[in-house]
Amino acid sequence: MYPETFRYTKEHEWVLVEGDTGTVGITDHAQKELGDIVYVDLPKLGITLAKGATFGSVESVKAVSDIYAPISGEVLETNSLLAGAPEKLNEDPHGAAWLVKIKLSDPSEIEQLMTVSEYQSYIGA
Amino acid sequence: MVKKVRSHISQNEQLLFEMSSPGKKGYQLPDLDVPVVDPAAALGGQAVRSEIEGFPEVSEVEVIRHFTRLSTWNYAIDLGMYPLGSCTMKYNPRVNEQVARTEGLAWAHPYQPESLAQGMMEVIAALECALAEITGMDAVTLQPAAGAHGEMTGILLIRAALEKQGNPRKKVLCPDSAHGTNPATAQMVGYDVVNIKSNDLGMVDVAELVKAVDGDTAALMVTNPNTVGVFEEHIVQVAEVLHSKGAMIYMDGANMNALVGVARPGDFGVDVMHLNLHKTFSTPHGGGGPGAGAVAMKAHLEPFAPTPRLKLDKGVYSWDYNRPDTIGRVRAFYGNFGVLVRALAYIMAHGGPGLRNATMDAILNANYIRKGLEAFFDLPYQSPCMHEVVFSDDRQTKKGVKTGDIAKRLIDYGFHPYTVSFPLIVHGALMIEPTETESKAEIDLFIDAMQSIAREIDEDPQMVLKAPYTTRTSRVDETTAARKPIVRWKPAS
Amino acid sequence: MLSAIGVTHIDELIAHIPADARLNRPLNIATGKSEFDIVDYFRERGDRGANGFASFLGAGVYRHFRPVVADVIVQRSEFLTSYTPYQAEIAQGTLTQIFEFQTMVCQLTGMEVANASMYDGSTAVPEAAMMAVRITGRNKTLVARTVHPEYREVLDTYTKHQGMPVAELGYDAETGRLDMADLAAKIDSDTACVIIQSPNFFGTVEELDALAELVHSKGALLVYVFTEAISLGLLQPPSQADIVVGELQSFCISPVYGGPFAGIIATKEKFIRQIPGRLVGETKDTQGRRAFCLTLSTREQHIRREKATSNICTNQALIALMGTVYLSLFGKEGLRELAVQNLSKAHYLGGHFETRFSGAYFNEFVARVGDPEALNAKLLEEKIIGGLPLGRYYPELADSMLLCATEMTKRPEMDKLLAVAGRSK
Repeated sequence: MYPETFRYTKEHEWVLVEGDTGTVGITDHAQKELGDIVYVDLPKLGITLAKGATFGSVESVKAVSDIYAPISGEVLETNSLLAGAPEKLNEDPHGAAWLVKIKLSDPSEIEQLMTVSEYQSYIGA
Repeated sequence: MVKKVRSHISQNEQLLFEMSSPGKKGYQLPDLDVPVVDPAAALGGQAVRSEIEGFPEVSEVEVIRHFTRLSTWNYAIDLGMYPLGSCTMKYNPRVNEQVARTEGLAWAHPYQPESLAQGMMEVIAALECALAEITGMDAVTLQPAAGAHGEMTGILLIRAALEKQGNPRKKVLCPDSAHGTNPATAQMVGYDVVNIKSNDLGMVDVAELVKAVDGDTAALMVTNPNTVGVFEEHIVQVAEVLHSKGAMIYMDGANMNALVGVARPGDFGVDVMHLNLHKTFSTPHGGGGPGAGAVAMKAHLEPFAPTPRLKLDKGVYSWDYNRPDTIGRVRAFYGNFGVLVRALAYIMAHGGPGLRNATMDAILNANYIRKGLEAFFDLPYQSPCMHEVVFSDDRQTKKGVKTGDIAKRLIDYGFHPYTVSFPLIVHGALMIEPTETESKAEIDLFIDAMQSIAREIDEDPQMVLKAPYTTRTSRVDETTAARKPIVRWKPAS
Repeated sequence: MLSAIGVTHIDELIAHIPADARLNRPLNIATGKSEFDIVDYFRERGDRGANGFASFLGAGVYRHFRPVVADVIVQRSEFLTSYTPYQAEIAQGTLTQIFEFQTMVCQLTGMEVANASMYDGSTAVPEAAMMAVRITGRNKTLVARTVHPEYREVLDTYTKHQGMPVAELGYDAETGRLDMADLAAKIDSDTACVIIQSPNFFGTVEELDALAELVHSKGALLVYVFTEAISLGLLQPPSQADIVVGELQSFCISPVYGGPFAGIIATKEKFIRQIPGRLVGETKDTQGRRAFCLTLSTREQHIRREKATSNICTNQALIALMGTVYLSLFGKEGLRELAVQNLSKAHYLGGHFETRFSGAYFNEFVARVGDPEALNAKLLEEKIIGGLPLGRYYPELADSMLLCATEMTKRPEMDKLLAVAGRSK
């Protein structure tokens, strides 16, 4: 269920680091908690995020959840798929429905995030 | 036996635009008694529109039938109990509708000479006076258009008073049980919002509060009784904590139906509050408005009240615009006068003793429901309840049925649902407010229905999950509506 | 009931309220009155109003005929005594009607989305400015002095503590329209929006094309305000604007001493997530039938709390219903015919006066009369309420009044006013 290669946050985001780029999404647990997702608000390209800063939100019919940057860096790309098809976030949160790609400014931050086993015990899975 | 099961009406009806047919009309205008002016000549050809594309063309009888048919798809207080917690859906006396249509009042222009507006001003003065007595406050403004608008007015008053003292301060405290309008309001008035946790009785945690209040605190916004229907038993102490640090206490009066004639916010330390005249004072909700949000305040905030203020001098009323410390206007003209008329009529019909009786009946009804349902639903807070009772769906979720599902099933029993999933501090809340309007007979039907649903959930949760069955439309797909918003009709292309 | 609860006296139910917070005396409000007394009380106060007077007041509140059918519909229990339509399955009546209302507002204004209504026109103006600030990320608002003076006061009250500076734009002393040079001088890269009214407070119709071009060239939004909704039956829809707000009082709402009325806010589709207040959307039920529900609620205060687009909660559903019924009775042809009657009456009256401005007007105009208060006093003796003296709001126009004529203004009333004013031809 939860990929070994990802790192996780307490706010239920995941990060996959490849070179100096981190791909960020929300976890399967998070999408289930939210229910049917109807809208995803993502940041502008080129802005710089500080670790822990709010960079967007995910909405279901009756709830909004802020998304926090798990790592610091510049936003390189946002997932254009989600604008027209927010339901993808329910269907494939760990794959096609990634949110943003970030150019890491401090790769050491990744070590502070949870591993898959830590995350699974955190959510009681 | 369940006595009340009703089918909801299901007549089909198109939209106005779809039934439109060129040349049909539902109006007559008198003959023009002056020469007709050519719009293109008077306004310039460029400025004049050709036609209103897609606008309906229907006859008078089609209009009557259309809206009458639509009306049959609505539930209403006049059809039965409407136990929406925090909304105070009480009977809307029809005499109020009639007096609001009194010709000289209904056709009064806000700028007509004050000599021809004394009657309107007397109505406003009488209502201000009655509401000051009911709340234990010194002054009232009737300008705000609704509850949230009253909140904004109240926090502006606090801000203006603090500014006058030299420091507007930075933050407003809101209990986690607060209505969403409270934090949204504080933000609009330029304050940071700090959430305060409730204790396990559902009340403001005084120890938490003491920690949070400092020299940067402008105010606490508190609802009393709060949104779990519990009277804040330490309210006097809470007010003292704030006042000792130079901060003020704002009361959200959404639940004032529990206090009228029983306790007065002005007596327990509140500096300023709003009243929802469309809740406590019986003016109709009308499917979402209009309402009115009177704001009652202590004398020290009165200099900052919105302009204009009503003034009485030698038996003559006038509007006073010369108020140097005012927060300004919060809306055009003087308030939702038509709503004020209805509220005053309600107060006059009840009188002082009648108002207290209404409060006590509302409290009695809520406690009776609590007793009737506490064996069937989880009661998260054991504190005594006032005019509403909040259960949680804790027992029912074990069968996969949530508060929203129970609400939909309640519709099949001929009732409007209670308030679903609010307050947020109760997971899966069922918030029930019967009001004083309901007789024991109607409340017994409601308790029957809720008990029956609880049994259904034990026996056949899947059946409950697909409710309602008796409405014109089955469950409505809110997800698709939000994913692909269609918010206006367009002709088929 | 008491024994079921387990108490012997009803007052035990409030025994937990601390003694120092309880009221220990009866309220000082007279005992209940009969229905007869109540009706009589209000009739007596109404009778001391302006029954039987002719009136030439407009200035944001207009006297228009109210078809009987509209008042019949709004008094139906199912509309009058229902709550906000959160439970869609038993509120399809209100939801369907709001969807029709939103559609009509779009058709009238040339916008793509409209909400379920605002408190009134005055409070819709700051909501539009706040919306423009969110959209543009800029903070300054420019507002024409010819926007209703009370609306501008409300704008000031709302924006004061939100870091939103507001500056005013003058009017052209000749035409009564917006002073374009003043706009060109004041608009800059911090300007979020420019707010204009048309017909403006002087009744003058603004020319939108050049105005919109200038505003948009600076990356700001154009907010169009109207107080006289009947004008939309005749004037081009303000589709050059980005946000349209206005007052619906003219659509069947009696003046009722200033409220309740209903405001509208409408905008382009791309700004839908920034619009405040309730929105109704079309969807289907589980059996595939068309149905309606409240939608995009995540913008609103009950979910987003301090991050909401606005603190607004109540709308004016019943007033909007009255407007919807009114518009469906008048329809495509009727609204235009009604607007032409208003135009004709006002121009009959205006033709006899020295009008202060040369710009085209709809059903209100500014007349230079010398001493407006003195003229009004004379008119009052003839049971005529004259125009609004403008000196309080515009000191430079102290010799002028704002006069309004609608389809309800009768020619003999106008002739009488003209005779008293010494303007008969």
